Amino acid sequence: MMKSFDRTEVTLLLCIPVLIGLGFILPQWIVNYIQVSLGTGLVAISVMTQMRSGLVSFGQGLFFCIGGYTAGMAGKFLGISDLFLLLFLGALAGLAISFLLGFLLRRYREIFYAMLTLAVSMILFGLLSSTEELGSTDGFNLASPTYLGWSPEGEMARYALYIATCIPALLCALLLHRYLRSPMGFVGEAIRENELRVEYLGTSAHKSVHITYVLAATVSAIGGVLWALALGHVDPEMTNWTTSGQFVFISILSGTGNIISPLFGTFILEIIRVYAVEISPNTWQLMIGSIMLLTIIFLPKGLWSLIQPSSSVVRTTLKKSTKDSKETSS
Amino acid sequence: MTVLLETRNLERTFGAVVAASNINIQIKAGEILGVIGSNGAGKTTFVNMVTGYLSPSSGEILYRGNPIHGKATRDITKLGICRSFQIPQLFLELSVLENMLIALIIAKGNAPVLFAPAVNDSLEEEALRLLSRFGIEDYANQEITTLPQGVRKLVDIAMATVSEPELLFLDEPTSGVSAHEKLEIMQVLITALKVTNTAVLFIEHDMEIVEAFSPRVVAFYEGTILADGPTAEVLQNSKVREFVIGSEFHRKGDAPPSSTTETNSAKIGSVLEGGV
Amino acid sequence: MLTAVAISLDGLGFAAWLFLASVGLTLIYGVMRILNIAHGGFYALGAYSAAWAIGLYTQTGQTIALTYLIIPMAALIVGVVAGLTIERGVMRHMYGRDEVLMVLVTYAIFLILEDVTKLIWGTDSYIAYQPAYWLGTIEIFGIPYTVYKFLTIGIALATGFILWWGLTRTRTGKLLLVVINDREISSALGINVTLFFTATFVIGATLGALGGALTAPEISVVPGIGAEIIVMAFAVIVIGGMGSIGGAMIGALIVGFARALSVHLYPPAELFSIYIVMALVLAIKPYGLFALSEGRKI
Repeated sequence: MMKSFDRTEVTLLLCIPVLIGLGFILPQWIVNYIQVSLGTGLVAISVMTQMRSGLVSFGQGLFFCIGGYTAGMAGKFLGISDLFLLLFLGALAGLAISFLLGFLLRRYREIFYAMLTLAVSMILFGLLSSTEELGSTDGFNLASPTYLGWSPEGEMARYALYIATCIPALLCALLLHRYLRSPMGFVGEAIRENELRVEYLGTSAHKSVHITYVLAATVSAIGGVLWALALGHVDPEMTNWTTSGQFVFISILSGTGNIISPLFGTFILEIIRVYAVEISPNTWQLMIGSIMLLTIIFLPKGLWSLIQPSSSVVRTTLKKSTKDSKETSS
Repeated sequence: MTVLLETRNLERTFGAVVAASNINIQIKAGEILGVIGSNGAGKTTFVNMVTGYLSPSSGEILYRGNPIHGKATRDITKLGICRSFQIPQLFLELSVLENMLIALIIAKGNAPVLFAPAVNDSLEEEALRLLSRFGIEDYANQEITTLPQGVRKLVDIAMATVSEPELLFLDEPTSGVSAHEKLEIMQVLITALKVTNTAVLFIEHDMEIVEAFSPRVVAFYEGTILADGPTAEVLQNSKVREFVIGSEFHRKGDAPPSSTTETNSAKIGSVLEGGV
Repeated sequence: MLTAVAISLDGLGFAAWLFLASVGLTLIYGVMRILNIAHGGFYALGAYSAAWAIGLYTQTGQTIALTYLIIPMAALIVGVVAGLTIERGVMRHMYGRDEVLMVLVTYAIFLILEDVTKLIWGTDSYIAYQPAYWLGTIEIFGIPYTVYKFLTIGIALATGFILWWGLTRTRTGKLLLVVINDREISSALGINVTLFFTATFVIGATLGALGGALTAPEISVVPGIGAEIIVMAFAVIVIGGMGSIGGAMIGALIVGFARALSVHLYPPAELFSIYIVMALVLAIKPYGLFALSEGRKI
């Protein structure tokens, strides 16, 4: 059973009961941060997944927002409050919209990809900011979710939502990790390195980029649903490019070495932000910017490279597979 | 022997520049054929057209009797036509083994599988075995950026052969390698490719290599074919001597091999001796 | 008819503003291959410093006429100080690096500039309407327009002309084109590439600051204007083809008119009409109208 999962996957699976357990032990405010950062963390890992293919999305907030607003609108206009249905609808919206946009974006790489994802996310920003039915720039509030007809109250509602956030979030992370190890994940790395060769080896780089884009978008939308439910509120800032920029920041800081590091990075950053903003409200961006510059200059592969020197999927997989064969032989 | 590839009146222009015109070539299964011509004679343009990187301005390309012009590079690769590059096209920040693994994964057509691990022991073994055919398995764990040009060329060619093509184009397989290493490298290549009965078209500037390895030669000059036939005949052809070989000698005299390429190729040589 | 006139004049006004805000961005990209997100920071710095200086000056009760000198002075000081500091301090160590990496570097600088602006001028809004008000208005078909708007249009045209003339008609401009074509060869020819890069970056930064400084009298200068302008400036230069000055002009006209059309005909679309136009252009010309050509790869 364990053999079909690698170390990262086992860690992610173990994290589910551990996080749920911590939910009962840790003070409420930390649990809240865990919950919120699992939502944004999913967006960060989807930015990282694209970075593996050499694609920097400066507009991932688009799908974060689509997820959140879909859940909000389903509650507001259709009276849907079931968490599973909301997650499904959010993911479906992200998937459908990214599938269509993918036909435009898959043609672009490098700075064009960065800037066009940004521009597309700003279309939604403009649209939502001027839609009064959806609260314009203020956004609107979401009701507490229900679970297959069960509607818990008070403390119970909090725990239920926390558990219902942990499980899909970590499963999404596991899914993206598997994707990066799959043939498609390898093709992604190859595209980052040399797209011409990829085409000459006999596969479509456009298709691979499209699939990566859709997958990242779907996971981001799920992150958006979870985040919106955790805060009980959505607003157009979710798709402002400055929000997307923070996801890029987290990915740069954590590096593309492992799917867990952006998740963890998001949480740490969330905590630091609270204090930093309290102590000195006008230097938060200054700090982020400086850390980012220092990371780019001194740690080009992110903090993860301090833990594990090689950041390529291929190499981590290789290490894993040689370890596996040793285990089976002993 | 079956005709694999046939081009009919192939032409390619870039604006007012005619890069290739009236190209008629037939390549048979398992055949080995050398292509000569000075820089800008249309050799690479020809390969780029046949492999779908450039679309011809006019003319036809038939593979096993079916038209393939206008098809995408990846689809032409799937049909069984591969190529290597004058400047190796590799995944620079990955190791030689990783380069081969990616090539194998794509060649096996597993790319659409989304959530299953791609690499296993047997795939690794296969990659190493392919590398050993070209005598470069000792470099398996080195990153491409650390390798000398000669080894990069061999990796480039090894990657082009993973899908076991029926027809392989080698674009100057021995450029950047010193004169006496060229023979050795070609020997390794041709031996490795004979095993799979791959038809090989190689572009080469060194007439000695051409004479040694290909029974047939096509000479390009200013975008057209000047001569096509048995090697001895073509190399004796007066026009070829005047326009192609003459300029080749001239070219070689202009650019003596630098000392760095010598040391690089010396390294390959030692590996080759171990591998073959 | 009146609407048509209003759309045309507003479109031209928007276009002039957009051109001034984005021409520095396209210039730096064209020469250095750096998509400079920090450009938004220069714009904000320009706007703040001009608004602040005009505010201080008008308190003294002197003639308003001199504020028209304050605007370019503010832009020049910001451009030289901030541009030179950033170029010498960070950018020059990063030349030749991957274009995407440079986007991230300039993004980091942009974030730093955002807070530097807040640290210097606080988070309150600055209003320096005097230069725009003082020139008065003229009526065109009964619709009043500020003369200042026409002044901006004139400055945009002049800037475009000077850049075009400087790049194509002067010795320095011709040398710069050599640098753009091939950095290595230009170094080998004895051209001081570093100096050209520094100069370009400072000029680009000054142009960004000028865009902000000229806009300051027409708007309320608040935090976030830098983040807003950079996405619009990007839309402008991507429509025209990145790195092309003429392209930026065409892009500014297209975006300016798209925005004017939506303001007059369907106001809710104002914020995203720009990007819709951009998406349409890119669907037909994937790298903009005047894209730079790429060389042969294999």
